[in-house]
Amino acid sequence: MSGIAPLLIAAAVVTPAVLGAAILLTLRHHLDASRLVSLASCLLLTGIAGALVAHASDGTIESYALGDWPAPFGIVLVLDRLSAMMLLLTGVLALVVMSYAVATGMDRKGWHFHPLFQFQLLGLNGAFLTGDLFNLFVFFEVLLIASYGLLLHGQGPQRLRAGVQYVVINLVGSTLFLIGVGLLYGVTGTLNMADLAVRVAAAPPGDQGLIVASALVLTVVFALKAALAPLHFWLPGAYSATTGAVAALFAIMTKVGAYALIRTGTLIFGADAGAAAFVAGPWLLPAAIATTFIGFIAVFAARGLREMAAWSVVGSMGVLLSAVAVFRVEATASALYYVIHSTLAGAALFLVVDLIAYRRGEHGDALTLAPRFRQAGLLSALFFLAAIGIVGLPPLSGFVGKLLILDGVRGAPGAVWIWAAVLITTLIGVLAFSRAGSLLFWKTTEVEGEIPTRALRGPVAGLTAAASLLAALALLTTLAGPVTAYTRAAAAQLFEPGRYIEAVLGDAAGGRR
Amino acid sequence: MTMELLIASAIAVLTAAGVYLVLRARTFPVVLGLAFLSYAINLFLFAMGRLVINRPPIYDKAAESYTDPLPQALVLTAIVIAFGMTAFVVVLALRTFLETGVDHVDGHGEEEAGS
Repeated sequence: MSGIAPLLIAAAVVTPAVLGAAILLTLRHHLDASRLVSLASCLLLTGIAGALVAHASDGTIESYALGDWPAPFGIVLVLDRLSAMMLLLTGVLALVVMSYAVATGMDRKGWHFHPLFQFQLLGLNGAFLTGDLFNLFVFFEVLLIASYGLLLHGQGPQRLRAGVQYVVINLVGSTLFLIGVGLLYGVTGTLNMADLAVRVAAAPPGDQGLIVASALVLTVVFALKAALAPLHFWLPGAYSATTGAVAALFAIMTKVGAYALIRTGTLIFGADAGAAAFVAGPWLLPAAIATTFIGFIAVFAARGLREMAAWSVVGSMGVLLSAVAVFRVEATASALYYVIHSTLAGAALFLVVDLIAYRRGEHGDALTLAPRFRQAGLLSALFFLAAIGIVGLPPLSGFVGKLLILDGVRGAPGAVWIWAAVLITTLIGVLAFSRAGSLLFWKTTEVEGEIPTRALRGPVAGLTAAASLLAALALLTTLAGPVTAYTRAAAAQLFEPGRYIEAVLGDAAGGRR
Repeated sequence: MTMELLIASAIAVLTAAGVYLVLRARTFPVVLGLAFLSYAINLFLFAMGRLVINRPPIYDKAAESYTDPLPQALVLTAIVIAFGMTAFVVVLALRTFLETGVDHVDGHGEEEAGS
């Protein structure tokens, strides 16, 4: 514990908490000032995350004990390659989404957008950093509570209806989370994840059944957050009913579920866990393959662009989790690359769809014939790129990601099914998006006139925000070499939990294994 | 033995009632169901520290053994979160009913749902 890294870890959680509260308490009626503070916070978090990635990239695992209580008793925040990567992803996404929200003026459609946004970031960063299972539950609640507010931002009957379903399903999920955590505590007597890993590995045979049960209960909870079939029904309604910017931010919410699956699956229920070793895998794999098919077939059946975008998030979660479910180093490395890609691509698609829907006036995002709308040429290019990104065609990073996954799962049981699912659904996705694109941009000439729209909100800045996400995808493609090297190292680190345990509990405990 | 039986059956009854109510169509029973589920979980978490009678939870020179204080802290956190969430769901459900005129969780009225 030395240097500035522990401070940065704490700052990643404290910054949004303090600034969110400050905006709420003092800047409630000053929109410009709260925008400024909010953007500054996003910028700061991105900077911190960048520094943390640089710090973690050499393989150090940094543990920060809150209040300096020693590890198994107090709560720790732990930084390794995976959590640093997720922090940076959150930071970049938040920065772009916040700029978009400010540029298009959607943050003035309701109260408290900026504080809620900061609390959402607090929950996300905390969930990615915490090394304590109950603390993970608390941060899940923080990010969910903020997301309820963000989802309802701007209100309207459809949004409220989707909001009720979203809240109820997540409350049931939280209940299950507590059952899983309670079971695990009852058996092992600890909640620290590193300590749990040690005790689960040393558990007597009589307790194995309970440990397996708690592992599977937790898997159900995380699968619910990750929108894995058959627990995905909440997502399309919620994501297509909310505002574009919020939906774009929510692109990272499903990845929290995937992150928790990877973290608990490799650390607590990893190779040493006896009967519970990788016990989630055989359940996750068929569900993930089903999710891939369901998601992309529903993209084809969607009646509006927002629905298409929401279902394509479901489909890409299926692709991602089928690589996770294999629980092998190479497959996990490819899954981590795909996490970055699918988050950015999903968010880009939501923003582009939002821009299009606004310009189509009363036609909104419906896939119907309509007159030409303003900036159609520019937006068709953005839509084309976003569609390429989410479906996974060359030259953008989705293609690299899918290729890595196909390669990473080779030789694993069920690999044939993953191959079939990824390849067939890519084709379905291409068909669906080209049909939607030609309807939106080419068939418009059949109808006379141009859609009269209200004055464009931030005509340039909104486009820039959406385009910058697509530029990030291009960057992810050109930097695929270093990024895959990083994700491979991150995956290798995950599958050697001894170092993590040593970093949290000290040398003695690490040696016990 | 009787205490174990009582606690276990209380958790079972609360959970069963909670699950049944959560699966109802209208929002009010669903909110009640969520409350029942959270009560069940609170008892469950409490029981996970083992059932011990007449033992102190904090350090005491005279004490021979202790009861586990951690689950009580966990339950307290869970109570706070569940309380806040229940209040939020009630307001949300009410607002939805006032705005849409329908109090069904799926958002459809009786004639549409065909029930």
